[in-house]
Amino acid sequence: MPRTTSPSASKSRKARRRGPLATISLLAVGLLFTGGAYAAFSTSTASAEVPAVVSAASVEEGEKLFAANCASCHGLALEGTENAPSLIGVGAAAVDFQVGTGRMPMQAHGPQAPDKPVQFTDEQILSMAQYVASIAPGPAIPDESLLDGEGDVANGAELFRINCAMCHNVAGAGGALTEGKWAPSLSGVEPAHIYEAMVTGPQNMPVFNDANLTPEDKRDVISALKFMEENPSPGGNQLGSLGPVAEGLFLWIFGLGTIVAITVWITARSN
Amino acid sequence: MNTVTAPAEPRPAVPAKKSGGFTAAASNYIDERTSISTAVKELGRKIFPDHWSFLLGEVALYSFVIILLSGTFLTFFFDASMAEVHYDGSYVPLKGVEMSAAMASTLDISFDIRGGLLMRQVHHWAALLFVASIGLHMLRIFFTGAFRKPRELNWVIGFVLFILAMAEGFTGYSLPDDLLSGNGLRIIDGMVKGIPLIGTWTSFLLFGGEFPGTAIVGRLYSLHILLLPAIILVLIALHLLFVVVHKHTQYPGPGRTEQNVVGFPILPVYAAKAGGFFFIVFGVVMLIASLFTINPVWNYGPYDPSPVSAGTQPDWYIGFADGVLRLAPPHLDVVLFDHTFSFGILIPLTLVGVFIMLVLFYPFIEAWITGDKREHHILDRPRNAATRTAIGAAGVTFYAVLWAAASSDIIATHFKLTMEGVIHTLQVLLFLGPVIAYFIAKRTCLALQKKDRSIALHGYESGRIVRLPGGEYIEVHEPVDDFERWKLVSHESYQPLMIRPDSRGRITVAQRARAVLSRWFFEDRIDPITRAEIESSNHH
Repeated sequence: MPRTTSPSASKSRKARRRGPLATISLLAVGLLFTGGAYAAFSTSTASAEVPAVVSAASVEEGEKLFAANCASCHGLALEGTENAPSLIGVGAAAVDFQVGTGRMPMQAHGPQAPDKPVQFTDEQILSMAQYVASIAPGPAIPDESLLDGEGDVANGAELFRINCAMCHNVAGAGGALTEGKWAPSLSGVEPAHIYEAMVTGPQNMPVFNDANLTPEDKRDVISALKFMEENPSPGGNQLGSLGPVAEGLFLWIFGLGTIVAITVWITARSN
Repeated sequence: MNTVTAPAEPRPAVPAKKSGGFTAAASNYIDERTSISTAVKELGRKIFPDHWSFLLGEVALYSFVIILLSGTFLTFFFDASMAEVHYDGSYVPLKGVEMSAAMASTLDISFDIRGGLLMRQVHHWAALLFVASIGLHMLRIFFTGAFRKPRELNWVIGFVLFILAMAEGFTGYSLPDDLLSGNGLRIIDGMVKGIPLIGTWTSFLLFGGEFPGTAIVGRLYSLHILLLPAIILVLIALHLLFVVVHKHTQYPGPGRTEQNVVGFPILPVYAAKAGGFFFIVFGVVMLIASLFTINPVWNYGPYDPSPVSAGTQPDWYIGFADGVLRLAPPHLDVVLFDHTFSFGILIPLTLVGVFIMLVLFYPFIEAWITGDKREHHILDRPRNAATRTAIGAAGVTFYAVLWAAASSDIIATHFKLTMEGVIHTLQVLLFLGPVIAYFIAKRTCLALQKKDRSIALHGYESGRIVRLPGGEYIEVHEPVDDFERWKLVSHESYQPLMIRPDSRGRITVAQRARAVLSRWFFEDRIDPITRAEIESSNHH
């Protein structure tokens, strides 16, 4: 390289390298790089979508939808069949949760109905919810004021650790249950669906009624979950929040892998 | 090298005023007062062979240094007390929550002390790397037969270091007094209580009363920062001393014999490489620690005996012990003479204990079986010690199944399997897996030996197909060069021991057992190529 450039050019390059701006620009490049890497690693998921308010929903519309999409398993009068439970008294909250997260209509029989892309519009879901609620009273879709995520985060986090973490994991990353069932991850779940899950106890989940956890407590739990979601770990990428197994696997593959690659490089003989 | 000339050494340095300058004067000053040149000369000319796998122990040493440095920083701010306080730091979801001073100070280190979280993560990641690199280092020693005479005792020291590293790790994991560490301690408490007769008393002694008590964090802290590191330091010193005394082993190759060591001297090449390598390891740990969260205690919250989080696991190196408990079948409690015997705990504990003892004493077991009393400084290529490699593969499989069992719940959720299916599969694999691994490894080793033999005798396949005048097609084999061939033919072969009557003309049971084991070790073997075979193969 130095042979092809003239002496004056190399001198000016040297001068540039030593110039007062060189340190600053080098620092800027370094900061930009580390900052960019950090931003790439810390995934921020901030989507507080407010369910659209539906006005034209009606019980009749819901009845038609129910008959067409649900009745084959749950029965035309919600009485249930041997394939599916009765829906009398499950309330609007259960419908909004099950249909709103895509768990219903169920695609196949299995240990558990997984969440999947939602099959109906918000309007249709609300219609079905109103129809089911009109047959027999049950838990209602929660009020917006309970879902704002502005509750007492410390109380919510403690309640979550005591009541929820044994299945959903302290960081809400989900966990295994028996016989192929599982507690799903709670990241990215709508506040309304979290609330509805607590009051209706879908699938394997127990019911947390208002005597057990007051509506205010539920608001706190939702606030704590949202806080966790909106404030990613200050320590960097969380490796799925799965705990020491993920950390150990990472260390063995990437940590020790890197180190071994470097040992090979250090002891490599030049040809 | 020659100690007789050593005292005369400083003399020529005195008149050389013009050549050395400050460095020479300073080193002369030090040498005249400490006679350090003898040691530098001796150590500086120590030869270390160059191979990547010889650096794994160094990685462990460097991780330990990183742990010491970062750990010292943490002791400045950590409060090893179980006094109840209300957290008043800057992490909102725990504000006002009642917790121990240990947990509160851990949170302060994480959120309110500059550089604290980075140091915590450096400490923890380096700890994981420490144990992992010891593990890999041990595997290298095992599979190359570096534990043979005269290095059996160093194997024992190294393995004790591995156990102590696990103890260090576990005591450290328990210090923050968060939910995860409390759950871990509860399992230990349960295991201790499961020991018949003395279990309950031991547990009360350990925890200063009923679990969790208010003493355990302080006690573990004393062990973690004082006793265990001191023992580890002494053993590391001894371990390294033995490396110097025994000289380093080397892989077989041209010019390498049991009497020499081929490699670089410590000064200047090796010291420069090793010193630089320390900073590289430090850099890798720093990078991981700054980019990846480890042990987010703020998620786990303070310890409370009632909640147990899903996905509660120990750090990887304790995983095998957690796994063996998870694999124990249920309903094994037996009441005898008014005492409960929890075989669900005792059987796994015994299994792990036997495994650890077998690993610890393996060098002596193998030496007894083979009857080999010679010194070995040339390493075995794993394929040339087929039975040992197969035993190692079986052991690794056994350990790996236990390790996998510690993450059975994660396996179940992430591979969409049933929890019971995973556990039952691993239960079967725990016993069947090592057997399968043994036979696959042994057959693979023997096949590789056969391949080596054919390459040494007939050369390697060149990929060039030639049609002979008669119409026949043959592939041309090129002979390997002498350096390559040395590696292929320079190993030894053992014959099974014959049973011989002792001086009284009797054949003892031990003798018979030894003969059976020796036959098991060496019956299937492929003898190395003799000179005559090579020469005859050169003719055609």
